[in-house]
Amino acid sequence: MELAVFILFALGALVSSLVVVTHRNPVYATMSLVLTLVCVAALFLMLGAPFIATLQVLIYTGAIVVLFLFVIMLLNIQREEHAAPSSGIQRWAAIFSALVFAGLLLGLFWRAHGGDPAQPALTEEQVSLTTLARLLFTEYMLPFQAIGLLLLAGVVAATSLARRPDGRLTSPDQELAHAPGDAPRAEEAP
Amino acid sequence: MVPASWYMLLAAVLFVIGTIGALTRRNGISIFLSIELMLNAVNLLLVAYSRQLGDPTGQVIVFFVLAVAAAEAAVGLALFIAIFRHGHTIDVNRMNLMRW
Repeated sequence: MELAVFILFALGALVSSLVVVTHRNPVYATMSLVLTLVCVAALFLMLGAPFIATLQVLIYTGAIVVLFLFVIMLLNIQREEHAAPSSGIQRWAAIFSALVFAGLLLGLFWRAHGGDPAQPALTEEQVSLTTLARLLFTEYMLPFQAIGLLLLAGVVAATSLARRPDGRLTSPDQELAHAPGDAPRAEEAP
Repeated sequence: MVPASWYMLLAAVLFVIGTIGALTRRNGISIFLSIELMLNAVNLLLVAYSRQLGDPTGQVIVFFVLAVAAAEAAVGLALFIAIFRHGHTIDVNRMNLMRW
């Protein structure tokens, strides 16, 4: 029974991740990423990590993917154009080296852990919010603070990168297209 | 009970799919999506090891990876907005401002 559920979600994750890397329309690719993330969250649940599974759904599909969709729609990205003539050999070289990499990784994991008996999932008490919080706020206090600093730096960097240097909402050539005194509108397509 | 090695193999395959995407796609957003896939594969590996070794520390590390992924996505997408404003494209083949 558990094997069937594992195979179901593993296949779901594999197929939807293939769609992520092959689909030319970024919106479909992003929605497919949501499916991958939910499948992996289900695998987290099967591995006995309910807190991580919740975080995965909340942070990844709730915040990061929404950010992606927002940027895709803000920039009005169309489907990717067809590959330039020179990139054909690059693509095959990339796929070949990725397959070699996959073979190495699979061989490594299989040799290291192929025969290991399955361990029982961590107990409720081991993965409870209290235990994880205690680990986080005692043993990993310094990384936790560093992560907070990193997020703050990320917020500052993102705001300063995404705003125009002169503080206006539209570019000067767009403003020329409007009548003088026309309120600048950010949603106008360039 | 599904052995942890199966989860590891799945994580390896997901990571490689993300690698293929990051290497072959030319749309900046798609490259970012592929990188998110790779991060997610590593998270799966960490949780699988956490069960195999009976140690909840792996789950704490996944928490850090999630936070780093969020910061990376925010800064990266802001970068793409700035680049798009500059050249009206996020095709990485056409970004040659700093090419020698």
